[in-house]
Amino acid sequence: MTAALARLEGVIRRFARPAVTALDGVSLDILPGRMTGLVGPDGAGKTTLIRLLAGLLDPDQGRVEVLGAPATRSDRAALGYMPQRFGLYEDLSVIENLTLHAELRGLPLAELDARLAELLDFTDLARFKPRLAGRLSGGMKQKLGLACAMVRAPKLLLLDEPGVGVDPVSRRELWAMVAELASSGIGVLWSTAYLDEAERCDTVHLLHEGKLLHSGPPADLTDTVRGRTFRLFAGAGARRALLERALDRDDVTDGTIQGASLRLVLAPEAKPPDAEALGRDIPLEVRPVPPRFEDAFVDRLGGGPPGTSALAVYYRDIPENDAPAIAAEGLTRRFGDFTAAHDISFSVARGQIFGLLGPNGAGKSTTFKMLCGLLTPSEGSGRVAGHDLRTARAEARQSLGYMAQKFSLYGDLSVRQNLDFFSGVYGLRGQARRAAIERVTDIFRLGSYLSTNAGLMPLGYKQRLALACAVMHEPPVLFLDEPTSGVDPIVRREFWTHINGLVGKGVTVLVTTHFMDEAEYCDRIALIYRSEQIATGTPDSLKDDAARMSELKDPTLEDAFIALIEASDRAREAAA
Amino acid sequence: MLGRLFAMIVKELLAILRDPRARIILIVPPTVQLVVLGLATTLEVKNVDIGIFDRDGGAWSREFSERLAGSPNFREIRPIHSAGAMRRAIDNQEVLAVVVFGQGFSGDIAAGRPAEVQLILDGRRSNAAQIVSGYIFAIAEGLSGELGSGTGLTSSITTHWFNPNLDYLWFTMPGLLVVITTVLGLGLTAQTVARERELGTFDQLMVSPLRVPEILVGKMVPPVLVGFFDATLYVIIIPAIFGVPLRGSVPLLYLSLLFYLLALVGVGMLVSSIAQTQQQAFLGMFLVAVPAILLSGYASPVDNMPGWLQIVAQGNPSKHFLVVSEGIFLKAMPPGDVLANTWPLGLIAVVTLAASAILFRARME
Repeated sequence: MTAALARLEGVIRRFARPAVTALDGVSLDILPGRMTGLVGPDGAGKTTLIRLLAGLLDPDQGRVEVLGAPATRSDRAALGYMPQRFGLYEDLSVIENLTLHAELRGLPLAELDARLAELLDFTDLARFKPRLAGRLSGGMKQKLGLACAMVRAPKLLLLDEPGVGVDPVSRRELWAMVAELASSGIGVLWSTAYLDEAERCDTVHLLHEGKLLHSGPPADLTDTVRGRTFRLFAGAGARRALLERALDRDDVTDGTIQGASLRLVLAPEAKPPDAEALGRDIPLEVRPVPPRFEDAFVDRLGGGPPGTSALAVYYRDIPENDAPAIAAEGLTRRFGDFTAAHDISFSVARGQIFGLLGPNGAGKSTTFKMLCGLLTPSEGSGRVAGHDLRTARAEARQSLGYMAQKFSLYGDLSVRQNLDFFSGVYGLRGQARRAAIERVTDIFRLGSYLSTNAGLMPLGYKQRLALACAVMHEPPVLFLDEPTSGVDPIVRREFWTHINGLVGKGVTVLVTTHFMDEAEYCDRIALIYRSEQIATGTPDSLKDDAARMSELKDPTLEDAFIALIEASDRAREAAA
Repeated sequence: MLGRLFAMIVKELLAILRDPRARIILIVPPTVQLVVLGLATTLEVKNVDIGIFDRDGGAWSREFSERLAGSPNFREIRPIHSAGAMRRAIDNQEVLAVVVFGQGFSGDIAAGRPAEVQLILDGRRSNAAQIVSGYIFAIAEGLSGELGSGTGLTSSITTHWFNPNLDYLWFTMPGLLVVITTVLGLGLTAQTVARERELGTFDQLMVSPLRVPEILVGKMVPPVLVGFFDATLYVIIIPAIFGVPLRGSVPLLYLSLLFYLLALVGVGMLVSSIAQTQQQAFLGMFLVAVPAILLSGYASPVDNMPGWLQIVAQGNPSKHFLVVSEGIFLKAMPPGDVLANTWPLGLIAVVTLAASAILFRARME
């Protein structure tokens, strides 16, 4: 057995404001040559743990040892640390950022050129040397951050959620890069909210409320739900109502939508619910499936939220309407001679979820912005709830709720003041306004934060507040731009419970996401790549397409995503 | 419509006033600035040393010297005995000015002939030198006046209208009201849009049913209210503590102030709409505020500027409001004149606000 590169022993760390015990008696080892995963919900203490290892914090009790010395006195040159928001200088170019970090970390000048060339080659950023860091896509920024953190060839690499806001393609590349490092003998700590990443780690530590709930190979945890995972096939039309009923049952601990089917995790000893129990008269096809790490994770944390959305219960019924709730017709947007989105067309019927997927910088945000009226299309037109975005912008805006990619409410106003402002802006007054505020406060459990500055809340609560502000006026159409970026699986399930519930009331949702399991909730998906709409269809039909093209058997949506993008690359190369 | 606007105004007010420190910043620094800047930008010259090169040595040159020594404006009178010493004293800035009496000075006076005094001033300190020359002229005139008509000298009596004692505070205080209001008004607005753009909240506003004029008005109200509040402090402090008279109509002052604040908010909003980041907005504010103050006529009269610059200064709201502020404080400016200097403010406000409304959207595209 090799010696641990870093070790925590009975570490306790408290914070005064807000008064929390971020880490409560945590002990773990990080071994060389292995990928060590660190997972847990928001506020579980992941970042605190990493900051302790980086020597930025002192433990209140216990010991933190890194490379054979207390963490605060360890050899920094042998330690690579990449915080959640890596300190790239956005106004410096790629190579200037690298050189700066090399100099800051005292890389001998004689080694500089060779090392930088090596890193640029490794991260595949050599082509972008002169580009400003601020102009890089999310995935490339993370790669550059990683390169900067590795400039001194560290023995131990600490990565705090490197995959947040990064598309699946870049995320795979990033993972492959780091896995290569680990296989060369470096110790890697990879903190993540993506559980498919955790599943691929050699060892996983699951943190919850400052306590370590699981340490060991991910398969050990996954095995705890073996034999309790099933897929239910019931046809695409009924899946949302079915999921709601299934999740409301005590013998179902977790459930998600997977294309046209449901994926359920049952309580120990429980039998899969039959059609009758779920209020259906046609028999359901039930198939056992192998468990995933995420199933065990949610199960270990006590299961997901119940299936009925309290928000949807109060929401008004959106009247039936034959006209599409959202329509894009040949939307094109050019910036100078660069076409950011080209000829995007789709329509979404009332009560449907439509997903826009694509790598960072592919044009999905541009499309999204054109449809909610933030950008004027160069060509084509868009309609929201029957209002043309060119001629009836104000009416269109009144009928949509909007949730931005990053937190964009007023961080220095209190939660209450934010709710007041957004309800007022959307034209709620008097009793209706008070009732709406009370309702969302209750549903999203914002009560204890009402007088707190919105910017100081944990991320999950910020996202809840953002959703609350978007739905108070009960719009028929919701625009959600990566609504769950960076939040943990439990909060994400809560979100999707609400979204599913609202859709049941006739609300139409346009969503962008990097989580492929979330894309499964969509009725239809448009995949946007290099400004073009390269595929549109239901999640299952995209998987079928990918299966035909790549000869994969039963591909995941992520596999499909990557296969479709590669096919598009091949087609473009063939044409060129 | 009113509900939306009201929500917007409340939000903007909270953005300025929610932080207790911010509330203090709106009251204490402007008051301290008024007092400190008022005392610092003194236009009086005190504590200067002057030299006397007396080649006459007669009764009248001594009389003149004693009067100089008796003036409270001069700290020390240095006797100088050679042309070389005089040059050195000025070169080394030991004295600001040297009064030179020619050999025939007393003799000329005694004989009833016009007598001459030479005054040599340090041109490097031109402003102080001018003022000192004024003091010395006053003493010379006083002396010749007493010598009576028999000497053949004429004497003149100067009366300064609106500021009989030429108290510099009477001049600087109404000007400082303009200067500090300018910095405050621009400072409060220059960040608003840029800040929201940087934080991403601007998108959130633009997808809401708020219309651009509502956003604009919502953002205008708080700085105007704060501007009124601070100006009211000044209108009380300036007469009460500094003894500067407030001769004109206060309602007229407020009317003009309203348009001045709107013009400032317009300029600030334009800076904010053009800026991509808060830092750019911050620098942009200085880019505007410094010329606005220098071209206002506060430090040097607009009439003395080159012709083209006088035309440029017409676009400067501070230039117009300074006329109103000084006019109302010192000379009870009639309504016609106040309005004549107020309508350009309204015009500047309309142009800048319209431009920022267009840029709101244009900068997003």
